[in-house]
Amino acid sequence: MTNLRGEIVIDLEQRFDVLVVGGGNAALCAAIAARRAGASVLVVEAASKFYRGGNTRHTRNMRCAHDSATAVLTGPYREEEFWDDLLRITGGQTDEELSRHMIHQSKDMLNWIVQQGVRFQPSLGGTLSLGRTNSFFLGGGRAMLNALYRTAEGLGVKILYGAEVTEIEIDHGVFQSALFKQEGGTNRVHAKTLVAASGGFEANTEWLRESWGDIAENFLIRGTPNNRGTVLKMLMENDVQTIGDPTQCHAVAIDARAPKFDGGIITRLDCVVFGIVVNKHAQRFYDEGEDVWPKRYAIWGRLVAAQPGQIANIVFDASSLKLFMPSLFPPVKADTIAELAVKLSLDPQIFEKTVNDFNAAVRPGTFDHTTLDDCRTEGLSPAKTHWARRIETAPFYAYPVRPGITFTYLGTRVNKEAHLIMKGDQPAANMFAAGEIMAGNILGRGYAAGIGMTIGSVFGRIAGQGAAHYACQ
Amino acid sequence: MHASESLTEADRLLTVCNSCRYCEGLCAVFPAMEMRRAFPDGDLNYLANLCHNCGSCYIDCQYAPPHEFNVNIPKVFSQVRKQSYAAYAWPGALRGLFTRNGLAVAVIAAASVAAFKYSFGDAQTGPASFYSLMSHNAMVGLFGVVFLCAIVALIKGARNFWRDIGAPEGTLFAPQSLWQAVKDVLQLRYLDGGGEGCYNAEDAPVDRRRLFHHLTFYGFLFCFAATAAGTLDYYVFHRVGAPGWSDLPVLLGTIGGLGLVAGPVGLIFAKSGRDKILIDGTSLGMDVVFLVMLTLSSLSGLALLALRDTSAMPLMLACHLGIVFALFLTLPYGKFVHGLYRFLALIRYARERRHFTGGEA
Repeated sequence: MTNLRGEIVIDLEQRFDVLVVGGGNAALCAAIAARRAGASVLVVEAASKFYRGGNTRHTRNMRCAHDSATAVLTGPYREEEFWDDLLRITGGQTDEELSRHMIHQSKDMLNWIVQQGVRFQPSLGGTLSLGRTNSFFLGGGRAMLNALYRTAEGLGVKILYGAEVTEIEIDHGVFQSALFKQEGGTNRVHAKTLVAASGGFEANTEWLRESWGDIAENFLIRGTPNNRGTVLKMLMENDVQTIGDPTQCHAVAIDARAPKFDGGIITRLDCVVFGIVVNKHAQRFYDEGEDVWPKRYAIWGRLVAAQPGQIANIVFDASSLKLFMPSLFPPVKADTIAELAVKLSLDPQIFEKTVNDFNAAVRPGTFDHTTLDDCRTEGLSPAKTHWARRIETAPFYAYPVRPGITFTYLGTRVNKEAHLIMKGDQPAANMFAAGEIMAGNILGRGYAAGIGMTIGSVFGRIAGQGAAHYACQ
Repeated sequence: MHASESLTEADRLLTVCNSCRYCEGLCAVFPAMEMRRAFPDGDLNYLANLCHNCGSCYIDCQYAPPHEFNVNIPKVFSQVRKQSYAAYAWPGALRGLFTRNGLAVAVIAAASVAAFKYSFGDAQTGPASFYSLMSHNAMVGLFGVVFLCAIVALIKGARNFWRDIGAPEGTLFAPQSLWQAVKDVLQLRYLDGGGEGCYNAEDAPVDRRRLFHHLTFYGFLFCFAATAAGTLDYYVFHRVGAPGWSDLPVLLGTIGGLGLVAGPVGLIFAKSGRDKILIDGTSLGMDVVFLVMLTLSSLSGLALLALRDTSAMPLMLACHLGIVFALFLTLPYGKFVHGLYRFLALIRYARERRHFTGGEA
């Protein structure tokens, strides 16, 4: 048999109850839930075994509601508080019914995910004071994946690595089969249901350019190079509804020296609040001390993306050097502001003026980086409203930063059962989605730590159970 | 600048790890790392000796090879450890014994057995009359001297280690830290991958090194206790004849001997099944020869016990005494020192932990 492009296609003998496309947290939760419900399950993961799991490899925690402290969580985080947080960070751009459903389901996820072999630990040292709200994976995201894969394999889920889906065959809104490439050959697999858990499209620069323009070339991708949105695009071409703005994404300012892909957590910088941030013209452009860092780190990717050349520099002095988590690359260091300007390719005169203007505007206050202190500037635009201290103690330091995209929000629209919604608003009977590919339902914009994993686990489990139910009825 | 390529690499890796910290719940190494922002050689040697090589951080690491950051703590730390053993050895002239440790120990053992055999001559002896081959005083004197030499060399090495890692002397006399470290050693607390178990070739924790190490460690202690009991019997209770099967030295020695066969043999097999990427290939000889020496010392001891009434006794005695002699002679110049430096590192860790968190380790 051949496909549309005339390539030879080998049909897999077995027709599976559930085909899961993707290999991260959402995909594995779906596969495990479906298998536990009695379905036969095939997981096709585009990455090799080492790189399996998409962006889950780089994660470290998930945000779940809970009514009381646990062995690893320091206090209650009730559904209503979770909802308030979500409402605030998204500015209301979220599907309330779906989000409340997810938050409710997240409560049981703390137990369910442990039953799948995942282990938690108390909040990591030096992280963003998440000990009450977020459960951290012992050993991090890859350890979590290893546990899920072990459990899935133990249950009899079949997993193929290096298997990239190239076509999805849908007949009148009903999924039939999918084609995937593996080791040079093309295979077709028939399944009664499809769970699309293949991530966003952030690694697809051409797609990013469609909405961002040429500046997308300057974005770094924090996770897997495999999230090219091929499955999302195929579903869009088959009348699946989308949700979300194509420019919205989880984007933070990361070290500009990070690799294009897969740099992960160690390229992040937690020092914005301690200094000033200037663009390539040596000008400040935003209040660095607007709020505590856990509430602001996820806006700086977009802020830097809006600057010329998509580059900026976080500048601070010796008094702040040891106040934040270390990161992979050492800061650029100089004995004078002028020397630092040269090293950063900034105009020394303008840079000195920016620093001097800032220093002159700093009001006396009592510095306390753990609270919203009273160290602020006066008569400066933009102001720095907290933690403003003069940059005056040599040596001076800077980190160059670029936008680091974690994942995109434009995705497939789903309902509470994780069914894809087709144009015309009816749900697709045998097609489901979970994880980053449908994160836009919950996150219209903004981000709070650990929500991506909540979306993946909760909707993965729902999708897997729904798919198994459909396939086995 | 660092003293070696391995130390330079270890510094690079810890810069990655200290920016990530996902592994901090797995063992003592990463919490100890988090107390630092820079990693001079002494700190690297401390952290490397704190590492039990369970393999979990490698299996859990998103930056492990083939990722371009190429993070492999178990392997690089085992290289650093091996170099540190040589660097701390006393007297310094014997450092070379670490370079081809397997060969060196094997030659010393063979020579030692031959020397005992030669000294026994062709003497015909009655049943179990060890002391007609070698007087008790000669035996005690010889082994006492070699034992003392080993102790002195080990103490000197320990001092070198303690100085290198820059730990304050008072830490060694802080009872809480000391007790914590003793418990950590007796349980092998950190050879369990953060509670899940250790890793070898697969990404499933099916490694049994902890069990085999317990058999080896406690077997060794039992054998040591048997020797001590025998000596007490002789000097305090003035029993000179061959002890019976139910006497304490024989009981302890038999139990310990069995453990000291099963443990090292199990460890040899467990080691051979490990993923080669997790280990420093150059220290394999040192690791294996120590396990073989432990196995032979207990096997020869058990054989001596079984054959003590036969004509094979003189040969068996020469083997056993020769191997035990060589074992003690080479204790400061082989794998044995890992236990000493790790224990010291654990004492320091317990102290640091208490100091930083004000709480239990």
